[in-house]
Amino acid sequence: MIAAAIAPLPRPERRTALPVRTQIAMFLRLLAIQGSWNYEILLGNGIGFCLEPALRLLPEGIHSDHFKQALARESKYFNAHPYLAAVAVGALARAELDGEAPERIERFRTALCGPLGSVGDRLVWAGWLPFCSLLALAVFGLGGGPVLVLSVFLGSYNFGHFGLRLWGLRTGWKNGLRVASALANPVLRNGPQQIGRLAALATGFAIPLALYRVIGPGRVLLGGVLTAVILSALLLVRLRGRIEGWRLALFILAAFALFSVAH
Amino acid sequence: MWIDLLPIALLGGLLGLDVVSFPQAMISRPLVAATLAGTLIGHSLSGLLVGAALELIALDTLPFGASRYPEWGSAAVVGGAIFATHSSHPAGAMEMAMIASLTTAWVGGWTMVKLRERNAYWAARRRAALDAGARGTVIDLQLLCMTADLLRGGLLAAASYALFAPLTSLAIGAWSSDARISRAVVVTVAASVAVSAGLKIFHGVSGARWLFLGGLAVGLGIMAVL
Repeated sequence: MIAAAIAPLPRPERRTALPVRTQIAMFLRLLAIQGSWNYEILLGNGIGFCLEPALRLLPEGIHSDHFKQALARESKYFNAHPYLAAVAVGALARAELDGEAPERIERFRTALCGPLGSVGDRLVWAGWLPFCSLLALAVFGLGGGPVLVLSVFLGSYNFGHFGLRLWGLRTGWKNGLRVASALANPVLRNGPQQIGRLAALATGFAIPLALYRVIGPGRVLLGGVLTAVILSALLLVRLRGRIEGWRLALFILAAFALFSVAH
Repeated sequence: MWIDLLPIALLGGLLGLDVVSFPQAMISRPLVAATLAGTLIGHSLSGLLVGAALELIALDTLPFGASRYPEWGSAAVVGGAIFATHSSHPAGAMEMAMIASLTTAWVGGWTMVKLRERNAYWAARRRAALDAGARGTVIDLQLLCMTADLLRGGLLAAASYALFAPLTSLAIGAWSSDARISRAVVVTVAASVAVSAGLKIFHGVSGARWLFLGGLAVGLGIMAVL
């Protein structure tokens, strides 16, 4: 452990902006924030990894006790949605460079974990990702080729993905320890509900179209397939929690393959 | 087949890395990964077809926090490559490509858990240096874990392809079910999982059921015209 009794960091002059080079380094590192994700400290080391370019700007440099103490503090346990962790990284960079008290920074870190996890999960994993996926499946169902389908999916998804990370880093830096108010942003507050509506619409629209295209030679059986899909989907919904859909899919396909080969 | 193994391992490694470690741009989603693998074999449309079927199933598994989920990146590379190898799409090819992908995704999910345990071990061994704020250790740990993830995905894709590619050829040779019924089974299974996943994900959203039904009506209408 670093000795706790080092002299407090003199309050440096408040920075208005990070150098562009530092911002770029932090943004690129944010893309790898989960690189060392593990069951002990979760994102902890990733946060330290992303903050390190900003901590180099501490007045006494990378060989100072202040730098080491800050890096050690920031590499401890942390949990958040990986994209919204950018908010934490920006805010923590600000707090460290502003010379905030270590206890205050640690309390802030702890308080930030929950909201950044739940908001991100609802907004991205349960909203934006399935919506973009279904949008691309709809384009595929309407006859889109590989380039178009991939462009629609990767373009739309990453517009949101990279935008959210950039917004997070900038908002965190701008607000520092007062960043909680930024989490009341309408996109974060109402986004999951609105995207959820769009995704529900896209689910109904895209699945029959994708099904129609994939089925190929089985198109003559379309009526039976649609009936079977509706019935088995309702059955799966009723079985919710008892079996995962992908495992059931593997089991049915393997059984059918065995039947087809051995028959 | 063997000549394809190295590029498939490389692609599997890169896309396996995207799932969690870097850059999470969703190039590891089955729709993308299988299409890229198909392109690698020289038949991108085949990759897209099997990728779309896998994407429907993948809607059921979203990467929430520390939850355990199948690893689709390396898995879809295997399925896309296998289906693209049989570009005339004989009966059984899509089933076998799907089985290869789903099995690989299952094993891949397990390897991700093991990797996370290994990451924790590596972090624990460096605890003193991390607590001392050693810059080199923080960076090295990140790079070590990411390299291990890259290798994990690459080895998984290569091993799975080496196992399932010949198995698929054997199965296609012995396949007795009608091609139309075979494809209909795949589509029924994939679409059922997708619909139930959609209902599960959006059940808490107000008006979602009506929007789903409205979308369904439009989708079916377009399908009738096509």
